[in-house]
Parts: sequence; C-alpha cells; structure tokens
Amino acid sequence: MLRFAARRLLLALAVALAVSAIAFLLLRVSGDLATTLAGEEAAPAEIERIRSLYGLDRPLVVQYGEWLLRSLSGDLGRSLFYPESVANLILDRLPNTAILAGLGLVIALLLSLPLGVVAAMWRNTWIDRTALGIAVLGQAMPSFWFALLLIFFFGLTLGWLPVSGTESLANFVMPAVALGWFSTPVLMRLTRAGMVEVLGADYIRTAHAKGLPVHVVLVKHALRNAVAPVVALASVQFGNMLSGSVVIETVFALQGIGYLAWEAISRKDFPVVQGILLVVALFYVLLTLVSDLLNAWLDPRIREG
Amino acid sequence: MSGAGDIVLDVQNLEVDIPTPGGMLHAVRGVSLTARRGETLCIVGESGCGKSLTSLALMGLLPAIAARRAERLSFAGEDLLRAPASRLRALRGDRMAMIFQDPMTCLNPSLTIGDQLTETFLRHGKGNRRSARDRAVALLERVGIAGAAGRLGQYPHQLSGGLRQRVVIAMALMCGPDLLLADEPTTALDATIQLGILQLLAELQREMRMALVLVTHDLGIVARIADRVAVMYAGEVVEEGSAAVVFDAPRHPYTRGLMDCIPQPGRTPPGTRLGTIPGLVPSLVGDMQGCAFRGRCPHAMPACTEPVAVRGDAEGHAWRCVLPENALERAA
Amino acid sequence: MDPIPAASAIADAALPAHAAAPMPQRRLWRRMLGNPGLVVAALVLGLIAIMAVAAPLVAPHDPYEQSLDTRMTPPAFVDAERSDPAHLLGTDNLGRDYLSRLIYGARISLLIGFFTMLVSGVIGTVLGIAAGYFGGRTDMVVSFLVTTRLSLPVVMVALAVVAVLGGSLQVVVLVLGLLLWDRFAVVMRSATMQVRGREYITAARAIGCSVPRILWGEVLPNVLSGLVVIASYEMAQAILLEAALSFLGLGVQPPLPSWGLMVSEAKEFMLFEPWMIMLPGAAICLLVLAINLLGDGIRDITAPEGRS
Repeated sequence: MLRFAARRLLLALAVALAVSAIAFLLLRVSGDLATTLAGEEAAPAEIERIRSLYGLDRPLVVQYGEWLLRSLSGDLGRSLFYPESVANLILDRLPNTAILAGLGLVIALLLSLPLGVVAAMWRNTWIDRTALGIAVLGQAMPSFWFALLLIFFFGLTLGWLPVSGTESLANFVMPAVALGWFSTPVLMRLTRAGMVEVLGADYIRTAHAKGLPVHVVLVKHALRNAVAPVVALASVQFGNMLSGSVVIETVFALQGIGYLAWEAISRKDFPVVQGILLVVALFYVLLTLVSDLLNAWLDPRIREG
Repeated sequence: MSGAGDIVLDVQNLEVDIPTPGGMLHAVRGVSLTARRGETLCIVGESGCGKSLTSLALMGLLPAIAARRAERLSFAGEDLLRAPASRLRALRGDRMAMIFQDPMTCLNPSLTIGDQLTETFLRHGKGNRRSARDRAVALLERVGIAGAAGRLGQYPHQLSGGLRQRVVIAMALMCGPDLLLADEPTTALDATIQLGILQLLAELQREMRMALVLVTHDLGIVARIADRVAVMYAGEVVEEGSAAVVFDAPRHPYTRGLMDCIPQPGRTPPGTRLGTIPGLVPSLVGDMQGCAFRGRCPHAMPACTEPVAVRGDAEGHAWRCVLPENALERAA
Repeated sequence: MDPIPAASAIADAALPAHAAAPMPQRRLWRRMLGNPGLVVAALVLGLIAIMAVAAPLVAPHDPYEQSLDTRMTPPAFVDAERSDPAHLLGTDNLGRDYLSRLIYGARISLLIGFFTMLVSGVIGTVLGIAAGYFGGRTDMVVSFLVTTRLSLPVVMVALAVVAVLGGSLQVVVLVLGLLLWDRFAVVMRSATMQVRGREYITAARAIGCSVPRILWGEVLPNVLSGLVVIASYEMAQAILLEAALSFLGLGVQPPLPSWGLMVSEAKEFMLFEPWMIMLPGAAICLLVLAINLLGDGIRDITAPEGRS
C-alpha cells in the first residue's frame, strides 16, 4: 500500500506540474497578452509599457517559474476587472461551487445507486430497460437545455423554486439536480455492470446458502464489492462537476467559480481565468489521487499487498 | 441400517428445466434420493450429468431461469416445495448447509474470515458476538487451521486454497446443520490436499451425526467415504444403493463402465487395459424417450427405446435398466 | 469547409454498404436487423444526415432571411391561431424560419461532431495503440498524458481558447479535438494490449513484418469495432459540447444557426414562447440519442455471441 501510494503521489505531482504549465501557456501562446491588456487600439508605446510592467518581455520559462512560485504562495495575481486579488475572488466563490457539486454528487448517487442495483437485480426485464432508457436519455440531453427545462417547469410555470441567484439553499436545488442528472447515467451504468458481475459471483451463492436475508446479501456482500469502481468514479465525477459547473452556474446565475470563469473569459480577465484553471485542475488531480487511494483501501487485496 | 425417522432429506421425481435458445434443456429428470442422519450419500457422475444442479435444486439455490419441479421435497419431514422463501432462508445455513466447489471464489474477497464465519451464526440467532467468535475459533481449530483466533481478522486472499476450503467447511458447520451438501469439495484443490479435506469431511459427518450428500465425479472418493451411492447419467439416477453393493455388483451398464475406467487395487490385474465408455453424452434438449445411455451401451436392445422402469431389490438397491439381474456379473 | 463529405461519411458509417460476401457479412446483417434500437438509430441518423446534406433543397426558407413583422410566430401545434402555414415550425425573434434554421443547424452539429471525432480519434488511437503495443516507457508517457488531459476542465479550457482565437468552426473543432482524445487512448490501449499477445501478432513478427505494418495491418483491424463504438460516443460528446459552448456565447457565432445558439437566443422568451427552446434542444437530444444508440447497437452486434 505504501509503495502504491508513493507511486500515485509522484504521478499526481508530475501531472500537477504539467497542468500548471498548460494553464500558464494556454493564455500566453494563444495571443499577445500585452496587446490584449492594452486594448487593440493602444499605441505601440503603451503596449510596450504594459509588456514590461507585467514582465511579459522576459523569457517564457522565467515568467512561468515566477508565476508558479507566486501561485504556490497563494498569490494568483490581480483581476483586471474586479478590484480584488484572484485568490480572494476564487476563495469567495469556491464555497458555492463546492456546495453545488456536493449536492449534485449526492443527488447523482441517490439516483444512480438504487437504479443500478435494481436494474442489475431484474436484468433484462422492463425494470432494467426503463433504468437503461433513463440513462440513455440522460446522456443525450444537453445540460444547459435540461437546466432550462427545470427553470421553465419548476421555476416559471410552477413557481416552486427561484430561477437564479445564490441567496438561499433553495437556489441550489435546481442547479444541483441539473448537475447531478449529468453524472447519473455513467454512475448508474457502472453500478449496474458491477452488480451484474458481482451477483453472478460464487460468494453471492454462498451468502444465499447461508440463509442470509436478501437485503444483507445485496448490501453487505454484493454492493460492497460492486461499489469500489463507483466510488472511484464518483470522486472523478465530482471533479467533472466542478468543470461542468461553468454551464450550470451560468444558466442559473449562481455565484460560483464556474460563473466567475465564464464572466472572466467573456471579459478577457486572464489572471482570473488562469487562476481558476489552475485551482480546478489541481483539485481534480487531488481528487484522482484520493479516489485511487480510497479504491485501494476498499480492496483488501491492494491494501494488504 | 437406520430407520425411517432418521430420513433428513427425501426427494421424489425432481426435475430441473432450463430454457435455452435451442429448446428446453431437461437437466435433471425424475431424480429420487433419500439422505439419512449419520449417513454419507455420494452422487456420482460425469460433468454435465446434472449432479451439481441437483444439489443446488435441493438447497433452492438454482439460477433464476431454471425451473424446479418435484413430487416431493421434504427436509426432516417438512415440505420444502410449499415452504415460503423466508422459511427456506431460515433453514439454509442453519439446518441445511452447503459447500461449493471452488474455495477461491466462494468466499467474499472484501470481508474478513471472522465476519463471514460469525455472520451465519448471528443471523440465525444462535448467540451473541462473543459466542459466535468462540464457535468460529473452535471450528477453525477443529477443521485443522492453526492459530485460528489470528485468522479471524484475515481476508480470503491471504489464505491458501486448502485453508480456504477448510474455512468454507467451518463456515457451513457454524450452526451445526442436519444436512451438509458438498458439491465437488475437493476438485479445485491439489491432489495432496484433497485427501485431507475428504477425511475431515468424513470425520465431521460422524462426529456431528449429519447427513452428508457429496457430489463428485471421482469414484475413488466414493469408494473411500460413501455409505450409499447414486449414479447419475444424463440427468437421471441410473443406479442407487449401498456403496458396497453397487461397487460389488453394479446392475446398470453405465455403472459397470465407470468402474472399469478406474483401476481397483486387488481387482484389476496388472497390465490390463482400463475401460473407456465409447460415444458422447446425448443432448438433453427437447423431449426424450427411453434409456439415455442406449446409444453408448454395449447391451442396448429394442426395449431400451421404451420408457425404462426403476427396478429394485429388498436391500434398497435400485437401477434403471431392462437387463436381467445377472447380466453384468463377471465370469471371475 | 464543405459539409457534404462529412455528412455523407456519417451516412456511410451509419448504413454499411451492401456486401456480396457470404456468411459472416450476412450474419452481421441479420444481427443488425434483429436489433431494433440500431435500426431506428441508423434511420434517424441517416435522415438527419440527408437533411443536412440537402439543406438548400429541403429547407423551405433562407435560414438567414429576417422578417421583422413575422417575429416569433409559433408553430401550428403550439398555437394554431397565431401560426403561419408558411413557417411550419414557426419563426425566431428575428422572424427567421425555424425549420430552415434547424435543418441548417444539423450541418453545424454533424460537421463539428464528425471532424472533432476525426481529430481526437487520430490522436487518441495513435497514442493508445502505441501505449498498448510498446508498453513500458511509452505506456507510462501516454498514461501521464491521459491523466494530465483528464485534469483539465474541458468546458473552461475550450471557452478560454475560443475567447482568444474567436469562434469559427475550425477553432471549435480543433479545440474539442485536442481535448476529447482521452477515451480513444484509454480504450485503444487496452484493446491493443489484448491483441498484442495473440498468435497472429507473434506470427507476423516471426516472419519479419515491420512494426508499422503490424500496427496497421494486424493490430488496427482487430481493434476497429471498439474504435467505431468510441467514435460514436465521442461524436455525440462533441456535438453536446459545441452546443454548450455556443449556448454560452463562446462557440459558433451568430448568425450561424447552431442549435445551442438557437436555445441561447430563445431563452429570454422562454416564459411566453417555450417552444422556442424546446425545438432546438429536442433536435440536439434526438441527434445525440441516435448516435449513442448506434454506438450501443454496434457494440452489441460486434460483441461475441452470448455476451451483451
């Protein structure tokens, strides 16, 4: 387990470094930052002034090293639009996105685990086909469209829930459903596949031969073995939700980092974009690491090995 | 011999059908068996003869697509055919237990040995955690596992195949069952370990006065521990009787053929060629008439295409063949 | 870019050509026709592809022609009184014919979906096959690349790049293509690893075939069915992402009739004219559904007998 953990940690560090380089380069290579900052109509002298002001005239590697060191110390630069540091902006909005993604994940698991188990138990019956149909339909719906449908029915027509904003928990309900709906199909398919495999295993027959009640066989003996890959994927899905939150938060005008990212990108507020990219990517790296370790820990063959 | 009151398991005309794309597969056809307390019944036959399905059908553990029918299926006088699922679950693991073929796959990889052992005991309300643990340790020691207490916290993958099968046996015995079904319990193990496991089963069967039903394809095992034998071929029991009688004077040509395939110390003269049974097991899909063995039988005759009645003698030896009783006796 | 080759290639992929080859081909056909999901999906996809290719012939109006006095005319099935028989599916907020815009929109979705799938497919397949065949250090590098790629939030990166480079079809295709190759790589890697151990690969190596020849001639044909399945999912994914980018205003730019853009343009009128968001959304849903079902169907019929 220690060796395994050390190897994973090393990989995570390498990926984190690569990701930070990409986040840095993406906005440097894709155009002349100084011109963008100064504005298209700025005089050449003004562009040069900005170039040296932001240190954009030095070699890229030096700029990257400085940026990385500053980022590691928590200084992600200043927003070009808000009178605030990027770190503060992100920290300000991060809790909302965390609540949203957390709720979304809970909703996704509450939907996908029972559906997957039920579909596996009644394999190839109408129950299975219905669950699969839901999954297929869910995968085909654009997330923004699903969000708009929610707004139309539950917000505008029925008036049950607020359609935009961040004020109360009620504001999070529809965005979380929209976000969770997204991850449900893949989690459900995985649960079903895992359960189908496990339910055919000899140890399940043993459990039945021991006269255990059906729910004990299902939960203790089957789900426990089927759920390991689902747990791994769920944490990855949590990362995907952070990035998928751009669309959902924008639709619902929810003040999270997704909405912030969309605003910043629309306004070409590059330090903010860079900061968010870095934070989200690093968070994802961390999640993958945690999920790998969690998965290993759930499987005693890896844990003890 | 034992009296009728000692009959633990009584099956009459058990049928198991499995639908396949090619038609209905009649995997078990008209099987009748009895198992008595303190007695070992071996069900013997080639792979695919329906012996494993028979044992699963007895436990009510057939896969969902398989259909089970029987004229009678009673356990210690209780009718299992009409018993609700909850009653079956109460009996399973408590009074009727089963050991499966492959100890590598029939233990749950993510639960400790201790958890899997005590679970049966606790579920059937035999005592508290402490007594369950004590029972588990005692049984593990009894089945020959050293340092039993330390094993409780281990996971199946940390044990060798032989040890795992001992754990599986201990697990089946946790509640002190009246009937123990063992489906090829030694097939997946190394030859050197097989004998030990077999002896253990025989000892435990005597100690706990259980009815042991052992399913196997290995006549050597049968010769070693069986009190009674049921020989299955193509889903039917073709011959049943006390082990001594069946081995000494088989009445069915298939049984005779099986015997000739294995060398018997003291009986098979050195240098003789061992027998083989020519041909293949017939397909069990669709309706069939007459003796299933007739295509491979050296004694086949026109009467074999008609339904063959079971014949028997007063000693409880029964067989499904039209040949005269002494037809298979050897000129010694 | 010319929409015709793309769309007809999709139609080809959806409806395999008649082949005179005897048994296996015929059995494949039988299994295909015995899979209703596959047949329906292929028909729907074929229909959409034909409409996209023949858009100028099929569309009743010019999709860009504005008419400010017939703005937001609902279709007949929504409101018969206000509807206009000249506009079967109504008009948008600028009076442009909705049906024509939807038909032309299919071109954009199919084009972007197909070419993105092509770009990401080539990258992912090359990386995956290399990792699976050579193993060792190559495999490590590819795994590292895949992990890195997975750590990047797709929507954010795509939005940022489009914001800088502008929202032309080429940019969208390129960005999505460079972001969606991971699943190709993962699946092709494991498929290649399975194939690599087979006897015919050893045989090819033994008779001295060059590595490229083995990869092209022996490995690729044997991982092809898996490739087709992934390709369909990735195409669906690209279509959904393009719609999302366009919806957010950082994808295909107006006045092009991208379905995502149409939803975005309609959303402020959602309360009174909900059909305006329903129609383009349903169109995306239908197209993606058809592509996904086609992928599922191909997976099912190419799976070995008895497995599903």
